[in-house]
Amino acid sequence: MTLDEISIIAVYSAMAVYAIAFIAYSIDLARRSAASAQATDAAAAGTSEAPAVADAGSEREPVLQGAPASAPAAAGSAGGGTATPPRAGRGAGASRRGAGAGAAPSVDYGRSPSLRVAVAMTVIAWALHLAATVLRGFAASRVPWANMYEFALTGTLVITTVFLVVLLIAKTDLRFLGTFVTGLVLVLLGVATVNFYVSVVPLPPALQSVWLVIHVFVATSAVGFFALGFALSVVQLMQSRREAIVATADSVKKSFLATLPDSTALENLAYRVNIVGFILWTFTLMAGAIWAEKAWGRYWGWDTKEVWTFIIWVVYAGYIHARATRGWRGSRSAWLAIIGFSAVLFNFTVVNLFFKGLHAYSGL
Amino acid sequence: MVSSRRSEAERADAASARDTGVDPLRPADYDDGTAGASGAAGAAAGDDAPAAGSAGPESSVTAPKLGPGEWVRFAWRQLTSMRTALLLLLLLAIAAVPGSLVPQRSSDPNGVVQYFADNPDLAPVLDSFQMFDVYTSVWFSAIYLLLFVSLIGCIIPRTKHHLEALRARPPKTPARLSRLSAYTERELAGGADDAPDAAASAAAESAIASAAAELKKAGYRVERYDQRGVPSVSAERGYLRETGNLVFHTALVGVLVAVAIGGGFGFSGQRVIVEGQSFVNTLAAYDSFNPGRFFDDGRLTPYRLTLDELDAVYETENTDALGQPIDFTAHVTIDGPDGSAERDVKVNEPLYEYGTDVYLLGNGYAPTITVRDPDGEVVFTDSVPFLPQDANLTSIGVIKVPDGLAEQIGMVGFFYPTQSTLSTGAYTSTYPDLVFPVLTLNVYSGDLGIDDGTPRSVYQLDTSGMEQLTGGQTGVDSVELMPGESTELPNGLGTVEFESASPDAAGDDFSQSVPRFASFDVHHDPSQVWVLVFALLILGGLLLSLFVPRRRMWVKAVTRPDGRVVLEYAGLARGDDPGLERAVEEFADRHAGAAPIR
Ligand code: HEM
Repeated sequence: MTLDEISIIAVYSAMAVYAIAFIAYSIDLARRSAASAQATDAAAAGTSEAPAVADAGSEREPVLQGAPASAPAAAGSAGGGTATPPRAGRGAGASRRGAGAGAAPSVDYGRSPSLRVAVAMTVIAWALHLAATVLRGFAASRVPWANMYEFALTGTLVITTVFLVVLLIAKTDLRFLGTFVTGLVLVLLGVATVNFYVSVVPLPPALQSVWLVIHVFVATSAVGFFALGFALSVVQLMQSRREAIVATADSVKKSFLATLPDSTALENLAYRVNIVGFILWTFTLMAGAIWAEKAWGRYWGWDTKEVWTFIIWVVYAGYIHARATRGWRGSRSAWLAIIGFSAVLFNFTVVNLFFKGLHAYSGL
Repeated sequence: MVSSRRSEAERADAASARDTGVDPLRPADYDDGTAGASGAAGAAAGDDAPAAGSAGPESSVTAPKLGPGEWVRFAWRQLTSMRTALLLLLLLAIAAVPGSLVPQRSSDPNGVVQYFADNPDLAPVLDSFQMFDVYTSVWFSAIYLLLFVSLIGCIIPRTKHHLEALRARPPKTPARLSRLSAYTERELAGGADDAPDAAASAAAESAIASAAAELKKAGYRVERYDQRGVPSVSAERGYLRETGNLVFHTALVGVLVAVAIGGGFGFSGQRVIVEGQSFVNTLAAYDSFNPGRFFDDGRLTPYRLTLDELDAVYETENTDALGQPIDFTAHVTIDGPDGSAERDVKVNEPLYEYGTDVYLLGNGYAPTITVRDPDGEVVFTDSVPFLPQDANLTSIGVIKVPDGLAEQIGMVGFFYPTQSTLSTGAYTSTYPDLVFPVLTLNVYSGDLGIDDGTPRSVYQLDTSGMEQLTGGQTGVDSVELMPGESTELPNGLGTVEFESASPDAAGDDFSQSVPRFASFDVHHDPSQVWVLVFALLILGGLLLSLFVPRRRMWVKAVTRPDGRVVLEYAGLARGDDPGLERAVEEFADRHAGAAPIR
């Protein structure tokens, strides 16, 4: 068996494990809905319990109440995105950001075995995925990102990596994004393996450059962050819709969203993830220009790929501005982040496959 | 509701903490999420309403009668608002899209010609909207120029303001620190019973002094305030955030200016050189030449560039990639004022000589063709560059013989480095290297159309005044030659020979039989360095402005009614600052640990 064949087997194994993770994350979301439904019903029945300090990261510091239905509590520290210890001299839970708590109660959710399984599976899938990518690199004796199949292979690996790293360092529990992340990775990886696969071939002269290593890798990393930012923005929009109608509609109280951070916290998280992506994208654009100068004799020529890189950059600059513009903060800026990521996907798929230009490196 | 009353008071206090003049200057419709941010306010529908207080009376949009001066100021304020900047940014993104859908004259001139041929009705309409020159069009330029006017109008006052802020004192300590978003307190030793007033205030004083010293060490600018006998320190850090933001936006202008002006001093030219031939860097020697607006051709250094050899390496082993190019290297010799030097030019490795950048952009075959008259006199001999048409280098070239024969003749040639025959009978090339090279020629006679001095492309033959003698519908087979072969031209015009560049090689070794050519782009672009410098400033500015937290911190020693002295610590974020609360807590821990605790 060649290294490339082993790599392919690893890819398929990774996809299988991602699928298991995806299912486990979905079960978790379903359980969240059930938990908020119970909480709502319990509250309606008047069986109020002692208010709990709501904490979206509850599994890390489990609120061991045992009771399936914990009473609605103020959004508390979940809103601020930080796990602040209770402040001396102030009532716990009445933090500033939690002011909206009256309108959109957050439901404490407690432990979730399926979430544990899901994260464990994600880590295993990630390891297989990493092995597949590294093996592909060895099979080709170069970096494994020189054609569309390899871009997808490495790109999805970066998305999972960013997700896992953010899980490690973020103070807010973001595991609920797993459904989206593993779903996206699964789809992209599947499409790439089935439709874009090309066997190992040597690099054409235009790609023989250190800039292949730098430019493409940074671009791929940027996409990893944008993907996560996109997911957060989508959840943010769903959350803010729920917050707007929660007072009237009972059904939304029972949504899994009730167990997630409030929309402002989600917006702040999305912003932080997206600005990292934006900086990486800025660097991508510049490194690309330097490379273009070396390879094609001009640093900027409005080639289709350059145009779309520019468009994406401007859209995210717009997103950053929108967040600082009255009337655009919140939902509207979230839409810009979503448009931005759509443009990223468009740039990777449609522009690569159907548009004519100098960047004809799909290998297909 | 308690929480809402609290948040309003808190808001007022936050506002008073902000309105002290050293905050970065922002357009009136700026929103950093702190004004009235309570819970999900940002997401709530209808937060479009003007935020009371932050917009001055001047910015009222519905002001009734305006004088001309006021109109100008009003328009200017609109142009330099956040909303306009955002709108123009989004417009710019949208306006850039069509240029990726329709071929552009700047990057793909042949594509444009093709587009006109394929869409004869649509193309002129699109052309009237400058759709084939999107990035130099009036509308695209208008958008980005407006954006940059807005940008300049935005950064000048902000820069002025920031320079003042850099010298200003941190703002006065707000009256009620506990209302700020990040707040904590620690008790100071020396309570009501066990210490007299004087001792308590001395302890308070020294705690504040040590807080000030520690904040200063942590990079804060500090200022002591004493309000009605309550000692406090006010500290601010993160001015670099605004500096970075201003550097970023200013460098954007820098890039635009560098491109607009610097580009005008440069040029770009193209030249095809066959192996063994050379070219001298003068205006006349270029096949095509595009000078910038301010270019002066006296500035060209007339060095000579000789193409000694062009190496092309193709994949021969990997069956998935047979014939894929692995490497192109042009071995050249440069002769100029500094002497003679041998150099290599590769894709991704341009040559920098005498202020010009030389790029290897393409290569192909240049079959050597000799035409003789019926008496055997040579009337034409040259290595003619044939333009590659596909990955296996099926190439097309044109040979024009204006003088020396009974009639002018022109030939359209097809060259197949490794010829094979398709099932349709047509020829094709199956490998880019010289394994079985075949040249076919369709011969035309008549008027080449070059006698009246009209410039004609050397790669095109205008057959309108000519009669086709071989190939096509003529019923006469095309001339077909391998290196070293020659044959009669029709009508007894003479003979044509496909000369071999390696006549002494073995009979089936054609590997060196046809010379290659390289096409070089030669550029000079003085703006490049400046663009790079500004690009680095953009990146640096961006990093500073997105990751340096700008925050204020206050420490106050308050004597409570019961006589206890309490140290109050509070922080206020200026812009996105996820670490604020933790920073305040940590500072309090560190500092209160240092101060005596009961
Ligand atoms: C060429 C067009 C522009 C681009 C690409 C652009 C891009 C950006 C980016 C990426 C940021 C975030 C990074 C930073 O804070 O430095 C930013 C921030 C900012 N921009 Fe621009 N900008 C442009 C034009 C303008 C204009 C015309 C204005 C004034 C109306 C403006 C005002 C601001 C302000 C006030 C901020 C700070 C936002 C904050 O404090 O959160 N920008 N801009």
